[in-house]
Amino acid sequence: MPAYLDYAATTPLNDKVLDKMLPYLREDFGNPSSVHRWGQRAEWAVEQARERIASGLGCLPEEVIFTSGGSESDNLALRGAALSAQSERGATHVLISPVEHDAIRITAYELATRHGFELELLPVDSWGRVDPDDLRSKIRSNTAVISIIYGNNEIGTVNPIPELADVAREREIPFHSDALQATCQLQTRVKHLGIDLLSIGAHKFYGPKGVGALYVRAGTPLQAVQTGGSQEQGLRAGTHNVPLIVGMAHAHEIAIAQHDSDADQFRLLRDKIIGGVESRIPGAQLTGHPEQRLSNNASFVVEGIDGNSLLAALDLEGFACSSGSACKTGDPEPSEVLLALGMDPELALGSLRVTVGRQTSENEVSEFLNVVHETVARLRSQVTVVQ
Amino acid sequence: MDSSVAAALLVESGEHVFGLMLRLWSAGPERPNRCCSPRDVSNARKVAGRLGIPFYVINAKDEFKHRVVDGFIGGYEAGLTPNPCMSCNRDMRWGLLLERAAALGATHLATGHYARLRKTNGHYRLFRAHDRRKDQSYVLSVLRQTQLAHTLFPLGELEKESVREIAHEQGFVTADRPESQDLCFLGGEDYRSFLADHVVAAPGAIEDNQGNLLANHSGLSNFTIGQRKGIGISGPEPLYVIDKDVEQNTLIVGPKAALGRTQFTVRELSWVHGEFPTESAELSVQVRYRAPAVPARLEHREHKTIVATDEPLNNIAPGQAAVFYSGEECLGGGIISR
Repeated sequence: MPAYLDYAATTPLNDKVLDKMLPYLREDFGNPSSVHRWGQRAEWAVEQARERIASGLGCLPEEVIFTSGGSESDNLALRGAALSAQSERGATHVLISPVEHDAIRITAYELATRHGFELELLPVDSWGRVDPDDLRSKIRSNTAVISIIYGNNEIGTVNPIPELADVAREREIPFHSDALQATCQLQTRVKHLGIDLLSIGAHKFYGPKGVGALYVRAGTPLQAVQTGGSQEQGLRAGTHNVPLIVGMAHAHEIAIAQHDSDADQFRLLRDKIIGGVESRIPGAQLTGHPEQRLSNNASFVVEGIDGNSLLAALDLEGFACSSGSACKTGDPEPSEVLLALGMDPELALGSLRVTVGRQTSENEVSEFLNVVHETVARLRSQVTVVQ
Repeated sequence: MDSSVAAALLVESGEHVFGLMLRLWSAGPERPNRCCSPRDVSNARKVAGRLGIPFYVINAKDEFKHRVVDGFIGGYEAGLTPNPCMSCNRDMRWGLLLERAAALGATHLATGHYARLRKTNGHYRLFRAHDRRKDQSYVLSVLRQTQLAHTLFPLGELEKESVREIAHEQGFVTADRPESQDLCFLGGEDYRSFLADHVVAAPGAIEDNQGNLLANHSGLSNFTIGQRKGIGISGPEPLYVIDKDVEQNTLIVGPKAALGRTQFTVRELSWVHGEFPTESAELSVQVRYRAPAVPARLEHREHKTIVATDEPLNNIAPGQAAVFYSGEECLGGGIISR
């Protein structure tokens, strides 16, 4: 029986969530922007969804903007805040950590190369965490926006967002955090975090793919990226994807309600994997912070192994994992995140990420530990038939 | 298309199959490798999807550059006319790829090559394909017993047209891919311009076979033995490239009659059977991929092996492979020396 161990990549859609979505894929097909009753029913569904999510995040409904997913939320946050700050106060300095998800990293590079911004990468420790004092020393009066990831999707490290947000607030610079990996594993109440902008994506918390949200604290200056109709207060044009939005809201509600029990269960399985890999595979080391890490994330680098080959071998054995260095088109580069942390490129090619979820059983974890140990041994010896 | 159909045939016969593709080197992103560009990878992935088999891509760019491309460039620098497809088969496909496949649990490597394998008395034997025009046994002559023991050629008995039909029936996107005989890593570029970028071309003299200076050349690597065009010398009769003197950096040209040779040396011999065929019935030799096989005899002298043919051959180019056949059976081959 194949075992899925790549919950950081995506999660299965919760059955109850699917049930809630179906009416909006069938009879309740109205466009929320329409005046008539079909439109009214659809609009009601979207606004109910907005309230559900606002309640889960602890914010006002008008502070929730619906998008097509985490990447779009990240784009809207970074571009929207940066371009707005540039035109309003001539701010052209962007601060991000060097271990952000591509949606932030590439977007930030774009802002630098195409829109005249000066991009600066914040210093991080060997686990990728930003120290609030370092942030304080790098902020300038012309800083347009700061973006620091909450829970790192690759190596699992959790940044001290509340403390970092405090620093940003002191200097009144908009602070964004990519919280895509956070919903099921960490506390995401926005008042607790203190950020101005927060990205979430439904398919990471057992909701559907293709929908996400951006929390925008009331009063945060933001320019629209996708322009057109007046949806989402003019911040994000486009007919609402009602079924997906409804699905996201229900999945979010479930995730917030189950948060503690989920996180506890994940932590147990995660620690078993970490312990098993560290003790049974020589030359394998944990990446990311040993304690301040996402409850479901076990990530490693394995010496003498090509991450791509390891994934293929594990897949053939029935275990679905991922790697920061693998690439489906066969152009793997050592993981950017690991390189940014100063890891040797050869070693960084051997990264393995195992992430657990609601469906992961203890049995699967035990089986995985047996198989991964033997698979690594086999790949290392590269048993050949050729003399 | 050939490997797609090979995979389809295996799947149909109930084998457990998974697909592997190597990403190879090319001169640059504007000139992707003809066989493994991102589009080719995505097409191969679609075929795998249709067949319902797992598919993985392996990055082999550095090894390919190192083992195949550098050897190709080095060969030209040394005045040879190398055939990189042979070293690719030996070192990449039946080297690196076979190793990886075995590490992933495969028992056999199947390719879409047109050739036939038979097992007689515990030994593997390589034969020409049923479709003679497509026969690729020449480039497979570098393989040996341990490799052939783990190889399958599902297309060996088929004609190209039947293979294409199967590809169409299966709805493969690769079915109508145009075939090309150019080297994959050139990405459509002419090999001379590729060499110009990678080989330091030194201009030198063109002489006739009496040592008379006739003209100058722009670099030995721009020429191939037996070449007639592009020499740039007009005369009473057409001149052909006869030889390359690497030490003097001189190109030697002469009339067609001077081209023919009935004897040449081979080195780096590799026999499919593992050893020299003693009871060689009627041997024939093929000195280029698309050359006809002609009767030949092998003579072992002290430190070298001589190949002698009855009829003179005009296309013997050092660096190319001389492959030996006994009837339809491919016995192995070596690299043509001087």
